[in-house]
Amino acid sequence: MLKIENLHARVEGKEILKGLSLTVNAGEVHAIMGPNGAGKSTLGNVLCGREGYEVTRGTVSYNGMDLLTMAPEARAATGVFLAFQYPVEIPGVNNTYFLRAALNAQRKTRGEQELDSMQFLKLVREKLKVMQISDELLHRAVNEGFSGGEKKRNEIFQMAVLEPKLAILDETDSGLDIDALKQVAQGVNTLRSPDRAFLMITHYQRLLDYVVPDFVHVLADGRIVESGDKSLALKLEEHGYAGLAGRQPAGAVA
Amino acid sequence: MNSMIDESSSAATLRDNADVAEVLGRTYSAGFITQIEMTGLPPGLDEGTVRAISAIKHEPEWMTEWRLEAYRHWLTMPKPDWAKLKIDPIDYQAISYYAAPKVAPKSLAEVDPALLETYEKLGVPLHERAALAGVAVDAVFDSVSVGTTFRKQLADAGVLFCSMSEAIREYPEIVRKYLGSVVPTGDNFFAALNSAVFSDGSFVFIPKGVRCPMELSTYFRINAQNTGQFERTLIVAEEGAHVSYLEGCTAPKRDENQLHAAVVELVALEKAQIKYSTVQNWYPGDENGVGGIYNFVTKRGDCRGDDAKISWTQVETGSAITWKYPSVVLRGDRSVGEFYSVALTHHYQQADTGTKMIHLGKYTKSKIVSKGISAGRSSNSYRGLVKMEKGAEGARNYTQCDSLLIGKKCGAHTFPYMEVKNPTAIVEHEATTSKISDDQMFYCRARGISEEDAVSMIVDGFCKQVFRELPMEFAVEAKKLLEVSLEGAVG
Repeated sequence: MLKIENLHARVEGKEILKGLSLTVNAGEVHAIMGPNGAGKSTLGNVLCGREGYEVTRGTVSYNGMDLLTMAPEARAATGVFLAFQYPVEIPGVNNTYFLRAALNAQRKTRGEQELDSMQFLKLVREKLKVMQISDELLHRAVNEGFSGGEKKRNEIFQMAVLEPKLAILDETDSGLDIDALKQVAQGVNTLRSPDRAFLMITHYQRLLDYVVPDFVHVLADGRIVESGDKSLALKLEEHGYAGLAGRQPAGAVA
Repeated sequence: MNSMIDESSSAATLRDNADVAEVLGRTYSAGFITQIEMTGLPPGLDEGTVRAISAIKHEPEWMTEWRLEAYRHWLTMPKPDWAKLKIDPIDYQAISYYAAPKVAPKSLAEVDPALLETYEKLGVPLHERAALAGVAVDAVFDSVSVGTTFRKQLADAGVLFCSMSEAIREYPEIVRKYLGSVVPTGDNFFAALNSAVFSDGSFVFIPKGVRCPMELSTYFRINAQNTGQFERTLIVAEEGAHVSYLEGCTAPKRDENQLHAAVVELVALEKAQIKYSTVQNWYPGDENGVGGIYNFVTKRGDCRGDDAKISWTQVETGSAITWKYPSVVLRGDRSVGEFYSVALTHHYQQADTGTKMIHLGKYTKSKIVSKGISAGRSSNSYRGLVKMEKGAEGARNYTQCDSLLIGKKCGAHTFPYMEVKNPTAIVEHEATTSKISDDQMFYCRARGISEEDAVSMIVDGFCKQVFRELPMEFAVEAKKLLEVSLEGAVG
């Protein structure tokens, strides 16, 4: 589904990604771990096409498409989703209205019928149940006045409604208390399916207790330096990232 | 006495690496010209012109004298130059002060089909069958009213709704009592000019205790070339009466600037409520700043009785230059004044708009919510005065001014003036200037929403507080209007 080869990217003139390679297949859950400044969030932003992130070398192929040439909204329409580390507030714009506009914009781009308000409401109700999110959140403006936990849950809720193919979760676990973490994890687990892949960017192992990944990668200094299964995360938890310094890039992992 | 003058100017960037597309034209869908036989006065202005207008309208002698007095006063007045506007000198002798369709209709049934079609195209059907449900419309085409819908239903309720010319003939005692009582003939340069040469406008009278059974609306259309539109609107709500009124405005695309200098007077007696909404979409000029309407308007309401309420809501997207400060004089005790405004400027448009709240009575309250959106190379100023006079015991004002900048060549300015002469009065002012952030844009786009739709959505959210005040169907129209006006604002 996703094949990243030798990706180099710069932010404000500074090279952050330095030859990152990664392959993700449908149905897989990959965890990307690593110390601060390793390039974890840059990877998410580059994959979603944020301006200011300049790719200098390498390729990203997603379901046969050259992802890097596509506009952010076009990437979204093909099923790429980013759960933001810092979800953005949009004052005065109703959360439900925003989500419906997003879903319909994607559907329109894909040549599908747009949902009318009744159909959309039905969909939202179904997803609300799954996400254990309160209605009240839907009537407020997008992320405005939300607590940190509410913002993160709202991201997962948006993901549930938009049903992406490739979901990138950028430190979705950070700043959550244990109850909120469990809720978010449960939401992610519900959405796991054979035709959907997850890229979970995280600092800590604890999310992985609840969402068990198929692969764990360590990102350090702009490259993937080690890959393994979930036991790698436990090892990291024990020894820290310091023990990984100076290792050779691990290359692509299937 | 406390006094405060604050100016904050700023210009900001939407994105460093993306130029605002100045050349992408917006679509001004109301820019067509109606081909119809017109009659009118040749350009030029002197006492003869004033008399001629009065004569065409078969006005009584007192009205002619009233006009002439205004004209003579106007001659002595300097042009106002305090606003933050760059205005090319206006040649008042080059303007025609009266233009009307040749065949004057006596009733809606006789209105020229070309005219009906014009209003149809503008989304304001004048056939009562097709008319907007629950909205009575008076249509003013250049200098004259061409038709008023639902007159019978309104008359049954005791509501008078007709053109100003007709009111002067049919209800002279009411007109004489109230005309110029809120905006005196010599109030300001443009009000004096209007008083001398106004040709038509709408007249509304809601008698004591009557709640107007439907929304009233006037649709102003400038069509003829080299013509100024000088309409005069008077709304009187007697004790306990309620009315909601809406005006809409459009004009064809023309290369020369056209002058629109209107006067609107509202009178609310004890416990009366008047809600006045405007969706102003005069031709704003092209993307290079050529053409467009000069919109120099004096609007004022007078809460003449205790517990009266006057509320102005305006959505301004049009005009090359807007100079307009809908105001409320809070004379009656516990009377309430409100001003909700969205002013959007793009390309080379200039707007200097705001309000005046004059608190005279005890425990009077006013609320001002102003939302300015600037794009392109436009300049958008809020100018507001809150005045608490000596007798304004316990009076309160709350003012909120928010500016949103799109692109890097526009400007937003806030000029709040406050004069407080009663120590028990409370005046609050909040102002913010923001730009659509990169983060907001990326968030929307990462969810699949296109750049242009994201801007509309964010702007719409920014204006929500004001749109909520508009009657339902016009809130939808206002939203669409903003979308159209913002076309090409991001590139």
